Amino acid sequence: MKAKKEKTASLPFFGIPKLFPFLKKYASAFILMLLMGALGSAIDIILPLFQRYAINNFIAKETLVGLGWFVVLYCLTLGVQIVANVIATFRASCIEMWIDRDLRSACFNHLQTLSFSYFNQNSVGYIHSRVMSDTGNIGALVSWSFMDCIWHLSYIIGAAVVMFSLNARLAIIVLAVVPLLAIAIAFFQKKLTNLNREVREANSRITGNFNEGIVGAKTIKTLVAEEKVKRHFGEESQRMYKVSVGASRFRGLFWTVISFASYLALALVLWQGGVITLDGVLELGTLSVFITYAVGIMEPVLWIVDAISELIATRVNIERVSKLLETKSDVVDSEEVIEKYGDNFSPKRENWEELHGDIEFRDVSFQYPDGTETVLEHFNLKIPKGTNVAIVGETGAGKSTLVNLVCRFYEPTTGEYLIDGRPAKERSQLWLHSNIGYVLQTPHLFSGTIEENLKYGRPDATEEQMWEALRCVSAEDLVKKMENGLGSEVGEGGDLLSTGEKQLISFARAILADPKILVLDEATSSVDTMTEQIIQNAMKEVIKGRTAFTIAHRLSTIRDADIILVVQDGKIVERGTHKELLALRGAYYRLYMRQYEEESVEKGFSQREAQ
Amino acid sequence: MTKRQTKKQNQNSAAVLWRFLRGSKAYFILGVTFAVIGSLFELIIPRITGYTVDSVIGQGDGKISSFAANIINRLGGAEALRDNLFVVALAIATLGLLAALCKYLFRVSNAKGAETLVKNMHNMIFAHIQSLPFSWHMKNRTGDIIQRCTSDTNTVKRFVADQLTTVVRATIRLGLSLAFMISTNAKLSIIPIVIIPIIIGYSTYFHNRIAKHFLTCDENEGILSNIAQENLTGVRVVRAFGRENYEKEKFATQNKKYTGLWIRLLKFLTAYWASGDLVTGLLVMLVLVFGTKMCVAGSMTQGDLIAFISYNAMIIWPVRMLGRVISEMSKAGVSIKRIAYIIESKEEKDPENALTPAMTGDVKFEKVSFGYDEEHELLHEIDLTIKSGTTCGILGTTGSGKSTLVHLLDRLYPLPSGRITVGGMDIAEMKASHLRKNIAVVLQEPFLFSGTIKENIAMGLPDYLAEKEVDRRIEEAIDIACLRETIESFDKGLETFVGERGVTLSGGQKQRLAIARTVVQNAPIMVFDDSLSAVDTETDAKIRNALLKKMKGTTSIIISHRITTLMHADQIVVLDHGRIAESGKHEELLKQNGLYARIYAIQSMKEGEDA
Repeated sequence: MKAKKEKTASLPFFGIPKLFPFLKKYASAFILMLLMGALGSAIDIILPLFQRYAINNFIAKETLVGLGWFVVLYCLTLGVQIVANVIATFRASCIEMWIDRDLRSACFNHLQTLSFSYFNQNSVGYIHSRVMSDTGNIGALVSWSFMDCIWHLSYIIGAAVVMFSLNARLAIIVLAVVPLLAIAIAFFQKKLTNLNREVREANSRITGNFNEGIVGAKTIKTLVAEEKVKRHFGEESQRMYKVSVGASRFRGLFWTVISFASYLALALVLWQGGVITLDGVLELGTLSVFITYAVGIMEPVLWIVDAISELIATRVNIERVSKLLETKSDVVDSEEVIEKYGDNFSPKRENWEELHGDIEFRDVSFQYPDGTETVLEHFNLKIPKGTNVAIVGETGAGKSTLVNLVCRFYEPTTGEYLIDGRPAKERSQLWLHSNIGYVLQTPHLFSGTIEENLKYGRPDATEEQMWEALRCVSAEDLVKKMENGLGSEVGEGGDLLSTGEKQLISFARAILADPKILVLDEATSSVDTMTEQIIQNAMKEVIKGRTAFTIAHRLSTIRDADIILVVQDGKIVERGTHKELLALRGAYYRLYMRQYEEESVEKGFSQREAQ
Repeated sequence: MTKRQTKKQNQNSAAVLWRFLRGSKAYFILGVTFAVIGSLFELIIPRITGYTVDSVIGQGDGKISSFAANIINRLGGAEALRDNLFVVALAIATLGLLAALCKYLFRVSNAKGAETLVKNMHNMIFAHIQSLPFSWHMKNRTGDIIQRCTSDTNTVKRFVADQLTTVVRATIRLGLSLAFMISTNAKLSIIPIVIIPIIIGYSTYFHNRIAKHFLTCDENEGILSNIAQENLTGVRVVRAFGRENYEKEKFATQNKKYTGLWIRLLKFLTAYWASGDLVTGLLVMLVLVFGTKMCVAGSMTQGDLIAFISYNAMIIWPVRMLGRVISEMSKAGVSIKRIAYIIESKEEKDPENALTPAMTGDVKFEKVSFGYDEEHELLHEIDLTIKSGTTCGILGTTGSGKSTLVHLLDRLYPLPSGRITVGGMDIAEMKASHLRKNIAVVLQEPFLFSGTIKENIAMGLPDYLAEKEVDRRIEEAIDIACLRETIESFDKGLETFVGERGVTLSGGQKQRLAIARTVVQNAPIMVFDDSLSAVDTETDAKIRNALLKKMKGTTSIIISHRITTLMHADQIVVLDHGRIAESGKHEELLKQNGLYARIYAIQSMKEGEDA
C-alpha cells in the first residue's frame, strides 16, 4: 500500500483530551506521581543549601557545633527524596504500562468489530503499528513526558525562587540565560526532527536495496549485473553516510551550545558574584550555591523543551489511535438483533436458529464504500441449498465481491440479501459467520499446533472428528508423519509447513466446522496437480448438501459447477453452466482458451499415463 | 560447544569486526582523544573556581600549580585579579568554550567513524551477497538475511561507536577526575575511591541479572505483536469462523502478561535507581561533611572544598553509566556472529585460469543428472545437442525440470554429474560472468528493479557502451519486445518508474520488459523460459518474428506450453519427469503420434469442443 498523506487535522491541546477516558481510571496514581515528582525536585533544590550552610556556618565560623544534627537532617532529606523518587518513577512506570495495555486492548477489540472496507483501505502493517507502536508512544507521553515537565519545571521555578531570595541580581544573571537557551534549543529541535527524518528515509532506502539485491539475486546473476547493483548500492550508502554525519554534526552543535551556555552562566556568576562577595554583600557559601544552580539549571531547560517536542510529536499518534477508535463499522447489527442474538463478543447461542442454506440476492446493487463505481447493478440470483456456485475471472477482476456480500463482510448498497428467505439483517453477523467455512487463496494458519488450528472453527471437536476431516482432504498421512501428530507446531503463520500443506490444513479446518455455507477462495491454487486431483475428489463429497461458492482462477476445477459467474472489471458479465458459457463465445470462452494450452499439456501427459 | 570452539568463534568475530573497522578506527581514536582533551579543560575549571574563592575573593592561599602561579603573577597577582574579576570569568568562559568545542569535535569524529563503519559493513555485506552462489540464496530466507544486514549491523555500530567509546571515555574521565581530586585533597579522595568500585560492581552485577528479564519482556512483546499480526492478516478467517471473542481473550491474556512482566521489571529497575541515588547521595554528603570537618580543622581550604565538590559531581555520570554499558556490550557478540555467517559463506568461485571462449558453437548436454536435494532427482541423464544458430523448443509439464535445465546452463547450480559444453568447451571451466553474459535468459518470473523502465532495460548492458549505442539498442529492443505502445501510454515514457515504488505493470508487460532487457544484450545464445505465457497469441507471434529477424545466427532455447510458439523450432524436445520422451521437428513428432501429437491435437481441437 502506498503511504497515504496523512491528514493532520490538529486536535486541540495536542489531542490530550481524547485520552481523558483512559486517564480517568488512573487519576489518583497520576496525581500521586506528580506530587511526588514535585517533592523530589524540591529536595534537589534544597540539597545545595546544605552546602551553603556548611560553608557559611561551620567553615566560616570555624566550629563543628551542630554537625551531628546537620548530618541527621541531611540523611532525612535524602531519604525523603529517594522515597519520593521511588514512588514517582514507579507510578510513572505503571501508568505508562497500564495506559499502553488499555489502549492496545481497546484498539484490538475495536478492530474485531470493524468491517472489511477498513482492512481493504489500510495495510496490515499500518494497522499493526496503530495497535503496537502508537499506543506505546502515547503511554510514554502521558507518564514520562509529564513527569519530566513537572520535575524540571519545579526545579527551575524552585531554583529561581531560592536564588531570588538569596540575591536578586545574581538570580537575574543566571535566569537570563534560560529563555535564550530555550529558544536556541527549540530551533535546534525543529531542524533535528527534519534531519532525523532524512536519516530514516536514507535508511529505508538501504533496506530496500538489500531487499532487491537478495530477492532479485537470480535476475542479477543471469544479467551479470552484480557490478551495477553494487555501484548503485555504494551510491546509496554514501548518501546515507552524508545525511547521517550531517545530522550528527548538527546534534553535536546542539550539545555544544548547551554545555557552553552553562559555563557561560558559571563565568558570569563568578564574576558578578565575586564582585559583590568582595563588597561583603554575599557570603561565600551563598556564592557556591549559585555556582551549583548556574551549572544545574541548563539541563532541566533541555529536558523541558525535549518533553514539549515529544508532546508535539506524539500528537500524530494520538490522532491515529483516536481515529481508529472512532471508525465506525459499515456492517452493524441493529439493537434488536443484538438483543436477541448477542454481539460479537457475547453471543446468545440459545436463540440461534439453524441455518438451512438457501441464499437469495434480490435486486442488489453494490458499491464499495471506498470505491466510485457500482460493481453490482440490480443483481438477482436465487441459490437454493446445496448449489455449487463458481466465480471466475482474471486476477484482480473483483471475484471476491459476491463472496464478501454472502459473508456479510459488506452490506448491499440497495436491494436485499436473504438467507433462508429472511433478510440477512434480521440475524447477527456472528450467527451467519458461525455457519460459514472459508478457505483462502493464501492459506492462513495461526501459530500453535495443528490441533489448535483445526479446532479454530469448532473448539469442541473430538480427535476422531479431526482425523475424519483430515482424511477428507487426504491430509491424514501428512499429519501422521509429523513428529507430534496433531500436537505438531505449525510455526509463525504456519511457516513450518509448505504452502500446499497449509492449504490442506486450512481445508480440513473448514470442513471440521461443518458449515452450511462453504467458501473456497482459489483454494487449490497452490498444491501440485496430484494433490489438487485428490482434493477435487474429496470436495465433491464435502460440498454435497452445502451451499458452496468457489472462486477459481484455474477453470478446469469448476467445470461441474451448477452455475458459473464470470467477473470482468469488477462486474458480473456472464452467468450459466460451462457448456452454456462456451457457447456464448464471450469472456468465459476467451478465458478458457488462454488457459487451455497449459492444461492441454498436462492433459496430454495424464492421458498417456492413464493408458 | 567445547571451550576451544567458543574461543575460536570469538576470535573469528573479532577478526570480522577488525575487517569492518578498516577506515573508521582513526576516527574513533581521534574522537576519544578530543573527548579526553575536553575533559581536561572541564577539569581545570573547578580549580579556577577554587582558587578564586580562596585567593581572590577570600584571603587565603589557594593551591595552584607553578604553571598557573606563573600566569597569575604575570597578570599582577591575586590582588590584580581581585580588581578585575572579569579576567577569571573570561578564563572560565574560554575554557568552557574550548571544552564545548572538543565535545563537538568528539561527536563529529565519532559520528564519522560510526557512519564509515556502517557504510563499510553495508557495502562489504552487499558485495559479498552478490558474489554468493545461487544455492545459498535458495537456502536462506530473505527476511532473516535482511535482518542481519540492517539491524545486526546497527547493533555492531552501537557497540563500537556508543558503547566502546563510552567505556573508554568514561574510564579516562573517571581516572582524570580522580587524579584531580587526589591532587586537590588526597585524604578526602578516599571516600570516592572506596565508593566508586562498589557502584560500578553493583551496577554491572545488577544489569547482568536483569538482562534475562529484558529478554523475557522482548519475547513476550514478540508474542503479543504476533497475535495482533496474525489476527489482522487472518481477519477473514477470524470473522468467517466467528471467533472474535476468542481472539479478544487471547490478546487480552497476553497483553496482561506482557504488561505484568514489564511492571515487575520496572520494580527491579526502580529499586536499582533508588539504591544508586542513595549511594551517590551519600557520597555527596560524606564529601561535604568530611570536607567541612577538614576545613574547620584547617587541613583544607574552602576553595579546595568547592572544587572537590565539583569534581565529585563530575564523576557521578561516568560511574553510573559504566555498569549498564558494560553489561549491554555482550549483546553485540551475537550480532557479529550473525553477520559473520554471511561474510564467511563461500563465494561462487571461477576455476583457475577460467576460460572466456567464443560462445558461438553447439550447446551440448551430456548425461546431465540433477536434483535440488539428494533424495529427489529432477533430471535423469539428459542428452541433448542444440546446433549452433538453431532454435530448440522444450515442452513439458509443470515440474518436469524445464527451468532447471536453464539454471544449469547458466551455471546457477554446479553440475553434480554429466557435463554441459558450448562449442566443445565445458561450461564448468569458464568464467561465470562470461558464460552468463553470452547466454541471455528471460526468466519465468522476471524481477524488476525499482527504477525507470530505461534503467531496467539497460541493466543487462555492459558499462563501456557509449550513450548513443545504449539508446539505439534500447529502442531496438523495445520494438522487438512490442513494448512501444505500452511505454508511450505512460506520461513519462521510458523514464516511468517501475518496481516497488513505481507503477504496477501487468504480467504481460513485465514479461515483455524482461524480453527487452534480454534482447539488448546481443548475446549469441538466448533462452526464453516460458516468457510469453501472459502475452496473447498474436503479440507472441509478432515478438517471435521480430526476434527471428534480428537473431540470425543466434542459438535459442524456447520453453513453452503453447505448441504454436514451439512448432517452428528446428528441434522440439518433450520433457517428461526429467527424461527426454520425444524429440524432433514438428512434423516428425506429429508422425510419431506420441505425447506431442496428442497435445497438438488437444490444442488445435479446442475450437471444436464448444460446438
